[in-house]
Amino acid sequence: MLENTVQMATIFSRRNSLRSRIMQNVGFTLLFLSILITVIFLGSIIYFIGINGIGVMSWEFLTAAPRKAMTAGGVGPAIVGTFYLTIGAILFSLPLGLACAIYLSEYSPRSIAVNIIRLSINNLAGVPSVVFGLFGLFVFVDYFHFGVSILSGSLTLGILILPGIISSSQEAIIAIPQSLREASLALGATQWQTIRKTVLPAALPGILTGVILSIGRAAGETAPILFTAATFYSRGYPTSVFSETMVLPYHIYALMTEGTHPEKQTAIAYGCALTLLILVLLISALAIIIRQRQRNKML
Amino acid sequence: MRQFKENIYKSLFAILAFASLFFLVGIVIVLFKEAIPVLGGTGIADFIFGKSWYPTYSPPEFGVLPLILASFWVTAGAMVVCVPLGLGSALYLHEIAGNRQKAILKPVIELLAGIPSIVFGFFGMVIVAPFLQNALNLSTGLTAFTASLILGIMAIPTIASLAEDALSYVPQSFKEASYALGANRWQTLTRVVIPAAGSGISTAIILGMSRAVGETMTVLMVAGGAAVIPVTFFEPVRPMTSTIAAEMGEAVSGSPHYAALFAIGLILFLITLVFNIVAEIISRRYRLKLGLSR
Repeated sequence: MLENTVQMATIFSRRNSLRSRIMQNVGFTLLFLSILITVIFLGSIIYFIGINGIGVMSWEFLTAAPRKAMTAGGVGPAIVGTFYLTIGAILFSLPLGLACAIYLSEYSPRSIAVNIIRLSINNLAGVPSVVFGLFGLFVFVDYFHFGVSILSGSLTLGILILPGIISSSQEAIIAIPQSLREASLALGATQWQTIRKTVLPAALPGILTGVILSIGRAAGETAPILFTAATFYSRGYPTSVFSETMVLPYHIYALMTEGTHPEKQTAIAYGCALTLLILVLLISALAIIIRQRQRNKML
Repeated sequence: MRQFKENIYKSLFAILAFASLFFLVGIVIVLFKEAIPVLGGTGIADFIFGKSWYPTYSPPEFGVLPLILASFWVTAGAMVVCVPLGLGSALYLHEIAGNRQKAILKPVIELLAGIPSIVFGFFGMVIVAPFLQNALNLSTGLTAFTASLILGIMAIPTIASLAEDALSYVPQSFKEASYALGANRWQTLTRVVIPAAGSGISTAIILGMSRAVGETMTVLMVAGGAAVIPVTFFEPVRPMTSTIAAEMGEAVSGSPHYAALFAIGLILFLITLVFNIVAEIISRRYRLKLGLSR
């Protein structure tokens, strides 16, 4: 070990010459270039969709239903559909995910069962989104006879975002100082009272961040709802949880691959993409701001 | 009484905590159950190594080799784009960016990670594909190359933020020891910090790969969709995910085609499962090595 260290020191000092300084400069330049290229790539997506999409943006575009075989009118029903699906997904996965996070961080005895739960959360998070779609198609659409509907789509999306909700809630709960819990228990509160009145309120901003990020994810997902909820055209707004619905992300895909007026449809697709992009970026920005403020408060 | 209520809450949470396991097992059961008819009919070897995918011919042929190869080509291509750029960005953030730059760049990258895949697919279809078609003089812009490029760009933020996390776990003392030996910043970075964060970085790359294999909408829109064994990067291909997404709408429930699509889902599931387990094992070892608990 010592010999090795001395050897390394000699190598470094001998090489700490002009050549190694040049190496360092070249290396750092390459790193700078890579982040520059990354930002340019991703910035250009926002730029192109922005300048092409802004033209079709209007109040009518955001609220009206499509007209003339998808070549005119707006995408109101698709925006509303996205909203319903996302709310449905959260309603399903938040209670479930929160309960799971509470169990893992507050009650969990270090046991094999807990390890299995952890492993399955990690693996569920890695399942491709289209596979969730297959699962939703078989279980909700066919087996439970919910049909292609808001209900089936919401449940499918809910399972998709469950792992994210669990891990972000768990992180938020673990970050609460142990002393808070001890103080509550010392006052004679039971464990459940401590969780409900002390731990959860303190962890709320963190949990909220996770929920908002999951909303952003659910709003943009397309593959899981392809066969469980989405339709290219509906006459008006969905009327019940059993009706199929237009959805923003799917609408972009459908406009680009179906229909008979590619030119006009592309323009509308740009509008949809811009709407979705703004929606998702605003949602994520909100989550990041909440977290940043929370961090500053804790420091 | 009080204790009784406490126990009820505890058991309730314990039951709900098994939800993820329940869904994971549910997915496996559904995929197997629905895939078995085609595996029984065609035979597993013929299914996986069959070279022709003609699900609507009569008799139909279900050979998924072209689809599996397409997935691997596109994923490998995406890695060539996102590994250097993602790691480069992570290293820049970790080593060179000052606090103010970091305070801006990190949230920006995180924000970009949230861009939906359909937006990437759309961008690839209307901007990148026509551009590449003209620039490279191809018969179509929708090729394995285009799909790799877009998927690669998409995966950069994921790899960058995971790798940056891994780098930040390397103890400061490692760096200080290296400086004390007279190494400059670049030498410290390449010979001390990167090797120490090695397994964390490989976890990031594997998770990026797993995402790229499972990505659906982007490849559905830009890969072109021809179910042939790929020969060059500049022709259309049909990866597994886009096959499921494109054909499930037409497949009749219970038909061999339907079963074949579930079988593709099963293959996809198993591939990503292996990736995730490998990533899990590596990151567990890594945490032990750096003396981090859990």
